[in-house]
Amino acid sequence: MLKTYTYPKYEYRQPDEQKERTARRYPVVIVGAGPVGLAAAIDCRLHGIPVIVLDEDDTVSIGSRGVCYAKRALEILDRLGVGERVVGKGVSWNVGRTFFHEEEVFNFNLLPEADHKRPGMINLQQYYLEQYLVERAQELGVDLRWKNRVVSVQRMSDQVRLTIETPDGNYGIEADWLIAADGARSPIRKQMGLEVEGKVFQDRFLIADVVMKADFPAERWFWFDPPFHPNQSVLLHKQADNVWRIDFQLGWDADPEEEKKPEKVIPRIKAMLGDDREFELEWVSVYTFQCRRMQEFRHGRVLFVGDAAHQVSPFGARGANSGIQDADNLIWKLKLVLDGKAPERLLDTYSAERIAAADENLMNSTRSTDFITPKSKASRTFRNAVLTLAEHHSFARALVNSGRLSVPAFLIDSPLNSPDGDEFAGAMVPGAAMDDAPVGVDGKRGWLLDLIGNGFHLLYFTDVAERLGSRLDELRGLGIDRIPVEPVVISEKAGAVAGVRVLHDLQHLVARRYDAREGTVYLLRPDQHVVARWRKFDAHRIRSAVARATCNHS
Amino acid sequence: MTSTLTLSPNFSEAGKRYFRAFSPGDDFYESLIDAHRDLTDEQSAMLNAKLILLLANHVGDLTILREALLRAREDV
Ligand SMILES: Cc1cc2nc3c(=O)[nH]c(=O)nc-3n(C[C@H](O)[C@H](O)[C@H](O)COP(=O)(O)OP(=O)(O)OC[C@H]3O[C@@H](n4cnc5c(N)ncnc54)[C@H](O)[C@@H]3O)c2cc1C
Repeated sequence: MLKTYTYPKYEYRQPDEQKERTARRYPVVIVGAGPVGLAAAIDCRLHGIPVIVLDEDDTVSIGSRGVCYAKRALEILDRLGVGERVVGKGVSWNVGRTFFHEEEVFNFNLLPEADHKRPGMINLQQYYLEQYLVERAQELGVDLRWKNRVVSVQRMSDQVRLTIETPDGNYGIEADWLIAADGARSPIRKQMGLEVEGKVFQDRFLIADVVMKADFPAERWFWFDPPFHPNQSVLLHKQADNVWRIDFQLGWDADPEEEKKPEKVIPRIKAMLGDDREFELEWVSVYTFQCRRMQEFRHGRVLFVGDAAHQVSPFGARGANSGIQDADNLIWKLKLVLDGKAPERLLDTYSAERIAAADENLMNSTRSTDFITPKSKASRTFRNAVLTLAEHHSFARALVNSGRLSVPAFLIDSPLNSPDGDEFAGAMVPGAAMDDAPVGVDGKRGWLLDLIGNGFHLLYFTDVAERLGSRLDELRGLGIDRIPVEPVVISEKAGAVAGVRVLHDLQHLVARRYDAREGTVYLLRPDQHVVARWRKFDAHRIRSAVARATCNHS
Repeated sequence: MTSTLTLSPNFSEAGKRYFRAFSPGDDFYESLIDAHRDLTDEQSAMLNAKLILLLANHVGDLTILREALLRAREDV
């Protein structure tokens, strides 16, 4: 029990096939009801795929885990239908400040630009995120099976057989596709004898969640070598319900059991906050962190997602954030394969694309960890030199690395992209996660990203939608293809045409962010990534780009 | 030709496109720390000395080098 939160207990019910003693076959089975497995399950339902989620537990994440959810993850959560609740409960923030001793040496703003629906980051205890995801999954008819522990997986050529342990004993089910979202220790990965390679950082961190009333601003504060915790680093974050997260670096020699004791923890916090500040301990734990990943995320009919596939240190909040992006990348591909509209090798691109993203996350998280916890005298000297210079010089401020916070990877090397043939400026290259912008929709103000996704879309930029004439027929034609591409006109002036959605580029920000002119088109994936773009509409080129983006090209 | 010391961010790599402002500096810093990996403190000090000499010769302009020496000596 926490002071500010009561863990829900989800009901175990004996599965029908266990009662009936028959093994049933399902298109998709997900193991693990953490944030990533739940996001994948919800996405399956949005695509009309029946789905089972098995979890050995019957509640949400216990204690102090994820806190920070980044803009891209929030945009995906919007698509999944939980963004509003998560952002409503969470603490939004954009500014991070870094201190060396007592001086502020550096600050950053995650979202220097206005007019995006979501902030750079929100802070929310992981159990709230999971609870909202569970409730959304229930609403969409996900078959959630609590107290169902997978004890073995057997891989066949056309299916995976699972043995599952429940309070009523063991039973079996068969899955066309298995999504392993069973966390960092992934029993499935172990049972399949697969390695996860990388490094463990030789350091320990005390993670304390404390309840207190404080009017500190909603910002991320990070200290290098502060007077209240000499030679080590400290991180402070505000979460929901007046709960504050404090991370103290302890060093490798610290004794985790000793350090967790209130008589050790309370003086550390008092040294930081002063003797007068009243607070209560909510949860205390000691962690070590690692940066590593599997070599491949797809193994036949088993697809690894989230912490099961990759683990990063939390400096950068790239754990759950990247796992949610795994689900976002995988499910639309799985849907096309299940429907027989794309070959199985489309799923290999899930592995390739998310490995590219994982490598970027691992690189950034490793660099931050190396900067925060230098492992040699030379490395510490450089670190302190950077921090000293940072007080005066902007070049050194740019080198201060107290965590490079989660941003989506640009999948520029993906085989699914069609390379640019025309000249474009800006960052919306093939492989980029889409930038948001305000739009007018049916006379109301809305957001581009709320209106794109789940299927392929084509943005067509023009001044006046009504003047498109016969082009409209070609656009509508794309919408009835075997893999439909829904056309959306982005119009400089508000307007309406039959059978094609028109979005009004209220502040001209869509055109600006996408470097668009009259007649520019963008082809977009179901996971809101740019696939291809042209200065001129050409239905043939669009159709070949869709074929390439679904591995249907020869 | 400018003859003052550059103090704003200035790292880049030919042919590489950066989507994040922090990336070029982080690329450099990683190479720097990697160069020191597995060296003793004494070896590291020698590496640093050689590195400064190499870069100083590359910069060449003594006005700039003297300014850098001055700045480096502040707050040590
Ligand atoms: C201190 C700390 C701070 C963090 N901060 C952040 C942050 O700010 N932002 C961020 O994005 N991430 C953060 N993370 C990382 C984040 O917590 C993880 O990345 C995230 O929980 C991974 O989600 P997942 O769904 O892949 O796995 P998990 O959340 O680990 O879920 C795995 C699930 O699988 C189930 N399971 C396991 N084995 C079986 C089995 N055999 N049968 C059935 N079920 C099984 C488990 O019960 C569990 O529910 C932090 C982590 C820590 C420790």
